[in-house]
Amino acid sequence: MANAFVKLIDIYRFGFQDSRLFRRLLLLIGIKLFIMFAILRLIFFPDLLAGKSEREKAATIIENLTTLPSAGLGAE
Amino acid sequence: MQSISELMQVVDWSRAQFAMTAIYHWIFVPLTLGLGFIVAIMETFYYKTGDAFWKRTTKFWMRLFGINFAIGVATGIILEFEFGTNWSNYSYFVGDIFGAPLAIEGIMAFFLESTFIAVMFFGWNKVSKGFHLTATWLTAIGANLSALWILVANGWMQYPVGMQFNPETARNEMVSFFDVLFSPVAMNKFFHTVSSGYVLAAVFVVGVSAWFLLRRRENQMALRSIKIASVFGMASILLCVFTGDGSGVWVSRTQPMKLAAMEAHYDGSEGAPLVAVGILKPEAERTSNEDAFYFKIEIPKLLSIMSAHDVDAYVAGINDLVYGNPERGILSASEKMERGRVAIDELARYREAMENGDSETMQAIARKFDPQTDEGKEFLSEYFAYFGYGYLQSPEDIVPNVPLTFYAFRVMVGIGCLFILLFAVVLWTGYRKSLERTRWLQYVMLWAIPFAYIASMAGWVVAEVGRQPWTIQDLLPTVAAVSRIDATSVMVTFFIFALLFTALLIAEIKIMTKQISIGPKNE
Repeated sequence: MANAFVKLIDIYRFGFQDSRLFRRLLLLIGIKLFIMFAILRLIFFPDLLAGKSEREKAATIIENLTTLPSAGLGAE
Repeated sequence: MQSISELMQVVDWSRAQFAMTAIYHWIFVPLTLGLGFIVAIMETFYYKTGDAFWKRTTKFWMRLFGINFAIGVATGIILEFEFGTNWSNYSYFVGDIFGAPLAIEGIMAFFLESTFIAVMFFGWNKVSKGFHLTATWLTAIGANLSALWILVANGWMQYPVGMQFNPETARNEMVSFFDVLFSPVAMNKFFHTVSSGYVLAAVFVVGVSAWFLLRRRENQMALRSIKIASVFGMASILLCVFTGDGSGVWVSRTQPMKLAAMEAHYDGSEGAPLVAVGILKPEAERTSNEDAFYFKIEIPKLLSIMSAHDVDAYVAGINDLVYGNPERGILSASEKMERGRVAIDELARYREAMENGDSETMQAIARKFDPQTDEGKEFLSEYFAYFGYGYLQSPEDIVPNVPLTFYAFRVMVGIGCLFILLFAVVLWTGYRKSLERTRWLQYVMLWAIPFAYIASMAGWVVAEVGRQPWTIQDLLPTVAAVSRIDATSVMVTFFIFALLFTALLIAEIKIMTKQISIGPKNE
């Protein structure tokens, strides 16, 4: 199993060494993942339910679902 | 507390953002789904014949597959972020059911694709021919299995089955994985969607090959690629037609409003005709079948056949579904809204009892949500089944954007029919060995590529716009599914994503066209 994993890593390593096109694509994937995880995820995607227990999460969602300002439910 | 107008801004911008992200994501996905199999078929020829021509041809198309895969990889991650941030009520409400297929998809995609894709691209001359071929097939199958799990999740949203609502956790919990996975809507959606991806990939291969013929380069590679792609494309489009027929039947049963909107069918009727071509009047003037169109060409009885495989079947119209039709046992939307509000009120009472520690009331309400009790069975089928209607402001809210759904359906079907003709002509011309000389057909093949993408997008517009206002059919409209966040932040991220995805698309087109112009490489 470990040998197969090492062989797989080697295939990737030598593959990228041999191909300029795939090195460029790898760079592009790296930039994209950096933008998605380091910038968008941290700055623009705060987890609204983070730090809450399951019971608190349920209470928040039930409150959201039962106090919507539509169809006469909850406060306008 | 947000006002209704502020909330609707969040809904609109969140929907726009999700639609834009999904559209850009879907630009890359269908080509991956189909091209993987076409490449695997080509490599199988190489494996069986040992002819270096097939190896060279396989490597060329594999390079294009790799570019598309690399640019498209992980664009779907943003969609998953958006579930948690813009649609947190939805994500929590369905988390257990929606999360399971997505988690399987993530694990499967990572292990299967990341392992075998390396062998596929870089393993030539490093592993045996048989192992390499297996890796190529497994990469193609892995991509399609990933699509299966995503489409199972989407199918569940269109036809929620195999779950039970728990008022304590405010979640729908999965009670039957089998029902979710093998839901007829999910299965039909999977085969229809992937087969449309195969058609797109076949058109792409045919079109790029036509470019080589027009340039009088790589004629042998182009002709043989066209042969494989057009056979693959014809088989795929027939599967697409067959599953499309299944979709019609299931949409009629589970989402009758979507079918009515697809057809701008206002008054229910038996032996309903299908509008083959038509131009719709503005919304205010469309009140019945007679005054909905400036002009139309109808095919008698076809809508009834499409919806139930019965020439005389009754097809409910928009008016029946909004205002009710007691003769046909169709409840009005306002009646469903009343019942939905009863279900929401029960949930609110449960929350209040929970806060007050009133366990007696909590138990009494919990029994209403328990399908094992008679009281529960009645409440779930008579009230909770319309839970989402309780959030609507007027009965007309259940009508999706009719012109967009109507025209998108015709674009999808129209282009699909043209592709059947295209593949038939290409196969016939190839059989007559006159493809190399038929320049007009080569231009048609090349210019068919963008139309494959347009048809593919139109299909998603029908599926997703047509099911509005629901995120989960009948249970949760977009207005209840959206997070209580600021519309401005959604608007800002919308434009950031638009820039990011447009840059990626430009990068793909530039890299792809450059590699196509380089052509297959000699070893």
